[in-house]
Amino acid sequence: MTEKQITCIICPIGCRITVRGEDDTVLSLEGNQCIRGEAYAKNEFIHPVRILTTTVKVEGADTPLIPVRSDQPVPQEKLMECMDLIKEVSVTKPVLRYQVIVPDILGTGANIVATGEVL
Amino acid sequence: MAAAVSAKKQGAKQVLVIERDSSLGGILQQCIHPGFGLSYYDEELTGPEYAGRFIRQAQELGVKTLLNSMVLEVLPDGTVICTNAEYGITTVRAKSVVLAMGCRERTRGNIQIPGTRPAGIYTAGAAQRLINRQNEMVGRRVVILGSGDIGMIMARRMTLEGAQVVAVVEIMDFLAGLTRNRVQCLDDFGIPLLLSHTVTRVMGNRRVEGVCVARVDENKKPILETEEFYPCDTLLLSVGLIPENELSRTAHVEMSAITGGPVVNQCMQTSVPCLFACGNVVHVNDLVDNVSWESEVAGREAARYAMGQLPQSAGTVTCEPGNNVRYICPQHIALTEEKAEVDLYFRVKLPEEKVRIRLLCNGKELGKKSAIKVNPGEMEHIKVSMSDLTAGKLEVHVAKGV
Ligand SMILES: Cc1cc2nc3c(=O)[nH]c(=O)nc-3n(C[C@H](O)[C@H](O)[C@H](O)COP(=O)(O)OP(=O)(O)OC[C@H]3O[C@@H](n4cnc5c(N)ncnc54)[C@H](O)[C@@H]3O)c2cc1C
Ligand code: SF4
Repeated sequence: MTEKQITCIICPIGCRITVRGEDDTVLSLEGNQCIRGEAYAKNEFIHPVRILTTTVKVEGADTPLIPVRSDQPVPQEKLMECMDLIKEVSVTKPVLRYQVIVPDILGTGANIVATGEVL
Repeated sequence: MAAAVSAKKQGAKQVLVIERDSSLGGILQQCIHPGFGLSYYDEELTGPEYAGRFIRQAQELGVKTLLNSMVLEVLPDGTVICTNAEYGITTVRAKSVVLAMGCRERTRGNIQIPGTRPAGIYTAGAAQRLINRQNEMVGRRVVILGSGDIGMIMARRMTLEGAQVVAVVEIMDFLAGLTRNRVQCLDDFGIPLLLSHTVTRVMGNRRVEGVCVARVDENKKPILETEEFYPCDTLLLSVGLIPENELSRTAHVEMSAITGGPVVNQCMQTSVPCLFACGNVVHVNDLVDNVSWESEVAGREAARYAMGQLPQSAGTVTCEPGNNVRYICPQHIALTEEKAEVDLYFRVKLPEEKVRIRLLCNGKELGKKSAIKVNPGEMEHIKVSMSDLTAGKLEVHVAKGV
């Protein structure tokens, strides 16, 4: 059994919730003051996901970098692995906002898309 | 940009944005992280996406821009003098001007950390610009002083870029920024947060070799016996922002000692009638959404002023910070016949839970609301309608109780 301390970020109270469980099952939850916190803590325990934002090199433009994001949240534990992959990527101008730079990164279903523009 | 868009929508014929940078968007261009627009657009955008929406709108409405142009002086009659590599010294005559120069970061000099003066000490925002816009990594082993949002966001950014963030050090006994940033920027990557601690010394000759960190007592004085050496090659400072107001001062705009920005009324009009101000120039904002709303007011009213449509004031209400309130923006309200709602933005001095916020005009209660939590790092907001106000003073009080 594993135990995780999770700070709920749904509302400004920021309850500290202790979750105990195994893999995909939550056995107990303590410290949340409402039902929304329960759902949040369960997801955070089983499968925390985050939007990844970083930059990608632009070849031959005045601006050396273009900002990018994942268009969907990716598993938190894959963030560093995604970064390793994105580091190797470069683009050439023009790049439009929301242009896909890396499709389906690491098979997560999320695309890495541009958030800026280089024309 | 929000002010320019709103001035255009109000009917201003010619709107010009003067910017020293080579592109539009201000600080948002380097804020590549998500967390913008949650209230304004009801979705979570990154800085460049948020800025992009305003830039597109401004272009569609025919707002003109003058990039790579540094404003040197704004005169009290609305004349703006700027330099531009192409046109040289350029004078722009305007019927009204909106000051929106943003803010600058407090530096090591401002907070006086003892020690040597090696390379490797950056303000967090400067490091953010280098990493996110200029493709220059600033260090490998980092200590960050200050737990504001920018400090925490840079802790995550540096980690993603392969650096090791040894600790985020905060002198107060509470987090300066948002809890969600602690969770997603520090906890996610196991970065330690040291509350009630400060950096007491910087060591290193040419490059930073490490910093000493000590616990502080209740008077924020370091307890020397607790001093510990942290080896690192970089120190990032995230110790506060100061409104950028050289131009406002030379234009003889009345300034507030508390916010460090111009004193404004509900139209975001300064003490010099044709000069308006908005954004971080007026008071440091944590959320861009508030900046946009406030800037829309500034742009709209500046346009009305230019078109001679701003009504005469029939008296003034002074906004006075009451119990546990540090400041209120606007600082005063010019009473007019118009039916209008006035938005009051304010910050508390100390964190508190389960509070009641009360609004009193010359002793009469005009409104109240309760909040589960207030925090100096998060701006609060209350509305009042103009017709309820009488000349005199308006107080905002925050006290425990439901
Ligand atoms: C590092 C950082 C991180 C932030 N993170 C978040 C976040 O996650 N979520 C959120 O909602 N908000 C965030 N904010 C807050 C919010 O984004 C800013 O408060 C807001 O964008 C400020 O807008 P502004 O127009 O007042 O200033 P700025 O964006 O700073 O714009 C000022 C502009 O004026 C120009 N200028 C200044 N002086 C002159 C001159 N003399 N001549 C010509 N041009 C001049 C500057 O070049 C700049 O472009 C962050 C702020 C900072 C500083
Ligand atoms: S558990 Fe409920 S009350 Fe507690 S922080 Fe989360 S949403 Fe707020």
